[in-house]
Amino acid sequence: MRAAVAALALTCCAIAMAAIESTGAVAAPPEGGPPRYYAITNARIVPVSGAVIESGTVVVARGLIQSVGTSVTIPPEAWVIDGKGLTVYPGLIDAGTSVGLGDADAGAKKPGGPLPTSPEDRPGTTPWRATADELKTDDKKIETWRSAGFTTTLVLPDGGIFPGQAAVIDLAGARPGDMVVRATDSVPISFRPVGGFFGFPDSLMGTIGYVRQVLDDTNWYAQAEPIYEAAPTKNERIPYDRAEVTLADAKQKKEVVLLPANNSIQILRALRLADEWKLAPVLYGGQQGYDVADALKNKNAAVIVNLKWPERAKDGDPDAEQTLRELRFRDKAPGTPAALAKANVKFSFYSGGLGGPKDIQKSLKKAMDAGLTADQALRAFTLDSADILGLSDRLGSIAPGKIANLVVTDGDIFNEKTKVKHVFVDGRWFPIHEDAKPEKPADKSAPGDDESYKDKHSRAYQGDGR
Amino acid sequence: MKRAAIVVAAVAALVIPSCVLAQSPKVIFIKNATVLTVTHGNIEHGSILIREGKIVDVGANLTAPSDATVIDATGQYVMPGIVDCHSHIAVDGSVNEGGMAVSSIANIKDVLNPEDPDIYRDLAGGVTAANILHGSANPIGGQTVVIKLRWGKPASDLPFEGAVPGIKFALGENPKESSFQPPPGIPQRYPATRLGVEEVIRQAFIEAREYKKSWDVYNTRKAAGEANLIPPRKNDRLEPLVEVMEGKRYVHAHCYRADEILMLIRVANEFGFKVRTFQHVLEGYKIADEIAVSGAGGSTFSDWWAYKVEAYDAIPYNATLMAERGVVVSINSDDAQEARQLNIEAAKAMKYGGMSANDALKLITLNPAIQLGIDSRVGSIDVGKDADLVIYNHDPLSVYAVAQKTLIDGQVYFDRQKDIDGRAALAKEKQDLLDKEKKAAEEKKPDDASGGDAAKKKPDAKKKSAKPTAEGISVGGAL
Repeated sequence: MRAAVAALALTCCAIAMAAIESTGAVAAPPEGGPPRYYAITNARIVPVSGAVIESGTVVVARGLIQSVGTSVTIPPEAWVIDGKGLTVYPGLIDAGTSVGLGDADAGAKKPGGPLPTSPEDRPGTTPWRATADELKTDDKKIETWRSAGFTTTLVLPDGGIFPGQAAVIDLAGARPGDMVVRATDSVPISFRPVGGFFGFPDSLMGTIGYVRQVLDDTNWYAQAEPIYEAAPTKNERIPYDRAEVTLADAKQKKEVVLLPANNSIQILRALRLADEWKLAPVLYGGQQGYDVADALKNKNAAVIVNLKWPERAKDGDPDAEQTLRELRFRDKAPGTPAALAKANVKFSFYSGGLGGPKDIQKSLKKAMDAGLTADQALRAFTLDSADILGLSDRLGSIAPGKIANLVVTDGDIFNEKTKVKHVFVDGRWFPIHEDAKPEKPADKSAPGDDESYKDKHSRAYQGDGR
Repeated sequence: MKRAAIVVAAVAALVIPSCVLAQSPKVIFIKNATVLTVTHGNIEHGSILIREGKIVDVGANLTAPSDATVIDATGQYVMPGIVDCHSHIAVDGSVNEGGMAVSSIANIKDVLNPEDPDIYRDLAGGVTAANILHGSANPIGGQTVVIKLRWGKPASDLPFEGAVPGIKFALGENPKESSFQPPPGIPQRYPATRLGVEEVIRQAFIEAREYKKSWDVYNTRKAAGEANLIPPRKNDRLEPLVEVMEGKRYVHAHCYRADEILMLIRVANEFGFKVRTFQHVLEGYKIADEIAVSGAGGSTFSDWWAYKVEAYDAIPYNATLMAERGVVVSINSDDAQEARQLNIEAAKAMKYGGMSANDALKLITLNPAIQLGIDSRVGSIDVGKDADLVIYNHDPLSVYAVAQKTLIDGQVYFDRQKDIDGRAALAKEKQDLLDKEKKAAEEKKPDDASGGDAAKKKPDAKKKSAKPTAEGISVGGAL
């Protein structure tokens, strides 16, 4: 009977999980619902924030990590996973995806309407858009990423110079809002011109000039608005500009501003602009970081490295002239993470245009072949990523009080043969390649081992109609 | 002005060293050359002593200090590095922000591309400094910057220290967009006539004047202790125009016809500024006196003619005729390829108009330096000036002249022999990288069948992949 439930979970873990949630049968939290207490015992624990524990216990309680160590008290209500032979890592963070947005391109603006011809037309500027408002729990990528050990992603908006604000989400939740760790975490900026051939801006320099003007306007609004409120009879009324209002709010909340920069020219330029615009430099792209790691370090910049390494265009003309510059870039780009680590530059990774976790793993392998160590890679995918996103107080390591995002594997997480066995997201258990359920608490009143559990579970599954 | 590129037969098309510079010697002694000083004649068997990037001695009877690195230029010619007063090299992305008629919000300085091979190619033609201009799509175009061609240095090291920043204006066919029509549904951008071009410029300066006034009023009231005043918005489009009116930014105006040149002089007078240079200025010979009185320089082509209607009245005597009436004249390239032979372009003024050899050299050295306000630093071989020099194997005004070495700040940035010697190694590096890629591609093929997210997809599944959020696949381009 247990085996049947487990098999079901194995077949379709996400659906099984939803079923558990809806039946409230497995554990005995007073308010119902799935178990809220777990203990992973006898496991190798890689907290990232501290030394590796060769055999220890992690206790998860009500969504948070309660304790971690070699001699921790397991609460009586905890479901226990025997972690012998398993390794526990913090959940991985993909710091730039469209995971959770589904396939619909809700944000991209359709062409049409009057052509923007001046900065006042606010071309490609929708900073009030929040990807947190566009999440879809049925996006299959959520499960794909989660099953590979990703518990958290930064969901980037696309389309425009100020396309919107990016949310940090955990990859599980019954409703979109359940997933959101921080709705408005960061403000990505793009320097891609949006004006086409006849509108503004239609050049890189025009786009940069436009961004500068928007930031000037934001600063102006932040200064002017309180003055106006204090003395409305003395000043001309301030026109309402949604972009200024939203960006001033983001600035006040110290949201991370993400600047695009992939090659060395772009990186050095972004560092100069960050200086000029008084922004903490957080760059995304970063693939030619191997050439400018020292400059990045000098400016105390952080880089979210695009894992989609440059490659020769697949459909390109095979006889097309390849410049030495392009060839060198394609050859050396995967060496960027190692170079950044060596220069002590804080960095994380994003999957960007990669298809999924398998591709992420392949890309990462290239970086590791080029000198990135497993420890450095893990740190980039966990604590440093959380730090760059301003969330290291709650994400990125296995430490008491952190959100219980964990990935449990049967070996080194970056080894391609390793299997992910369990994933915990916000303290909720997702079996991946695991046929053994946690052992239920000794409390006899706890349900989960009787016919009614199976029946309810199955009904819930069938009733779900998926 | 954008002309069709001629032959792009670059000296170093494939072989751009990522950094040509080793640690440069602090003391350099160029000996036994014909030194073309431009300001005080030619010195046969002359020498130039360079310390810390500056010319510290020039003459016929110098001896090399013991700590000097000696460049033997026996039988060769040294002239001041060429200054190109109209260039569009080293720009990342489009050189035109054409979406609006007044695009002064755009700044070339933001998008300098230090890895543009044209920098190196132009160095190989003896160019050491260039005025990097926005294109001519707008009556008032973007902000511009003078650079030194310091190949191998980052973008922040390119701008010519202390050079007055500029702004591009344009008159005539380009800003009124007479040569293209937008597709149906998209309105023609205003202005579409020469009258409209004038109106746009005047309107922009009226706005800039009002903008300046709003700040003056604010600052006065604030200084008087008034509280709760909202400051004016900072306007990044109008600020450069205020700088123009305050003489802190030079206007480089693309123009052809005499009538429109006179128009801009009148508009400038109205708003109290001077046009620093008229660029192209192909009808400048008709109104040379008026240009001279206005104080503007003329930066023209040697003998380009009739490539559009407004260029029909161009004559190759233009440079000489303007110079004879007191206009400071330069010859520019407006083209990365032509910049490699500006010495020959200058020499044409000797044929058309009978200019002296020294005055012809001035067209590409001292005169453009004066026009750009950098003549205290470059433009001639004088003690105290920057050691921006080019060494030719023949008289630079001869068609046989080929640049051998180009120095900026006393550093050799182009060395023809080193370039030739380095080509094999670069070709090998390139071939090795190509082979490596080819090998990797062959190894990858069988693997693709089993692994990868793309390969894993069910055959009937609609092709879905994570939406790329930032491309960044190619080394160039904007993100």
